[in-house]
Amino acid sequence: MIPTGFEYERATSVADAVARLRASNGAAKLIAGGHSLVPLMKLRLSEPGRLIDIARIPELCGIRQVGDAIEIGAATVHHDVATSPLIATRCPMLAEAAAEIGDPQVRNRGTLGGSLAHADPSADYPAVILVLNATIHIVGPGGERVVQAATFFKDLLTVDLDPQEVIVSVRFKPVVSAGYAKLHQRASHYAIVGVAGVLDIQGGVVRSACVAVTGASTHAMRLSNVEHALAGQPLNDESIHKAASIAGAGVAVVNADVHASEEYRRAMIPVFTKRALEKARARSSA
Amino acid sequence: MSQVAIIVNGKARKADVEPRMLLVHVLREQFNLTGTHLGCDTSQCGACTVLVDGRSAKSCTIFAVQADGSEVTTIEGLATDGQLHPLQKGFWDAHGLQCGYCTPGMIMSAVTLLRDTPDPTEAQIREGIAGNLCRCTGYQHIVDAIQLAAGRR
Ligand SMILES: Cc1cc2nc3c(=O)[nH]c(=O)nc-3n(C[C@H](O)[C@H](O)[C@H](O)COP(=O)(O)OP(=O)(O)OC[C@H]3O[C@@H](n4cnc5c(N)ncnc54)[C@H](O)[C@@H]3O)c2cc1C
Ligand code: FES
Ligand code: FES
Repeated sequence: MIPTGFEYERATSVADAVARLRASNGAAKLIAGGHSLVPLMKLRLSEPGRLIDIARIPELCGIRQVGDAIEIGAATVHHDVATSPLIATRCPMLAEAAAEIGDPQVRNRGTLGGSLAHADPSADYPAVILVLNATIHIVGPGGERVVQAATFFKDLLTVDLDPQEVIVSVRFKPVVSAGYAKLHQRASHYAIVGVAGVLDIQGGVVRSACVAVTGASTHAMRLSNVEHALAGQPLNDESIHKAASIAGAGVAVVNADVHASEEYRRAMIPVFTKRALEKARARSSA
Repeated sequence: MSQVAIIVNGKARKADVEPRMLLVHVLREQFNLTGTHLGCDTSQCGACTVLVDGRSAKSCTIFAVQADGSEVTTIEGLATDGQLHPLQKGFWDAHGLQCGYCTPGMIMSAVTLLRDTPDPTEAQIREGIAGNLCRCTGYQHIVDAIQLAAGRR
């Protein structure tokens, strides 16, 4: 399958990418790993007149500690997140989620920024970014702005990002007592249902919980009823089971496709919520 | 047209390509390296897997212009001095193929796997080839072949 013709250029810096986007008057699209965009272009569902390659911009790549936060450049590939020693020790849930994206070849090319910008309803990172309360750092013609994960994901394939803007990095406070559990679509490995959970525990009691689901609906979203059910409770099998059992109850639109019916997805949200919370509990006591 | 310069199996190569030309087509049709197969053309099967700058990638999901300045290794680049690469030998000895269509991609994925995990468990091998589909073998002999190759290196 051959896409419609386009022009190709490489940006050398974030400022250069923004200038090129602006100069193209809406004809251009960024390409990073290309593992969402190229398949769409081959199907001619996307027909940009120009591609601006940002994959090799040095300032967009890498994982760094910044004070008590971790910053990941937008063009960092999934493999590097999955195998980073810093992420593995400080935020194992994120390494776990990255390691479950697609397959090795996809993880060698696909990037964090591309995943967030594309916002596939079955993508893994969005759930994790939500429960980490990450901030998304964006540069556009008007300069830099910072968006909270909680307000970034808007709707199906729709995020708070202008076509002339570039996601530069994602920042978050790492947390150990957190887990990600995913029901894989067997061929592509996308999440039929994926749940991320963070537990803030003190003296055996949940001070607060952050739980989010991906794959279930138009976009990743927090499960606030589960979070409320856990807050203030002693952390044990019963409290986890009780909170997980209501997961998804408040989600109005649940996806149905060839891989899973709405009924099946609804049934799986509590199952994978429980698994994510159990992983978080196991890590909190480790 | 754009000119791309790619080091393919250690040799500097140049080609004039339209930007929409996929890497797999340039390898097969311009460089005559037909060992890299096009299977699904939808990023799923891994038959088109090559190494780009040392790591496995699906060449049907990369435009050749994206690989400009990169090093690419195909199945043709594995044997040295007429000696099969340990993975090629492993697939031969353990009957890791039937029709052979998936084999080049399987082996290129396994190269990356063994680079990252020199002594993989069966589960790690299965994860390492999760991006490659085989319609013949049922995978067991492929897993055995990779295990055999790992043990011989
Ligand atoms: C076979 C297969 C299986 C997959 N399985 C999974 C899976 O299990 N889970 C999962 O989460 N994903 C999966 N993916 C998707 C994969 O993770 C993609 O790599 C990712 O969604 C997009 O990242 P990219 O760098 O490839 O983006 P690209 O394809 O390059 O770009 C995607 C979109 O984002 C825009 N963009 C890219 N970077 C930026 C930036 N820095 N700022 C602003 N806009 C930007 C582009 O303009 C484009 O619109 C799979 C993909 C394939 C092909
Ligand atoms: S041909 Fe590239 S993944 Fe199938
Ligand atoms: S040997 Fe026939 S597809 Fe694998």
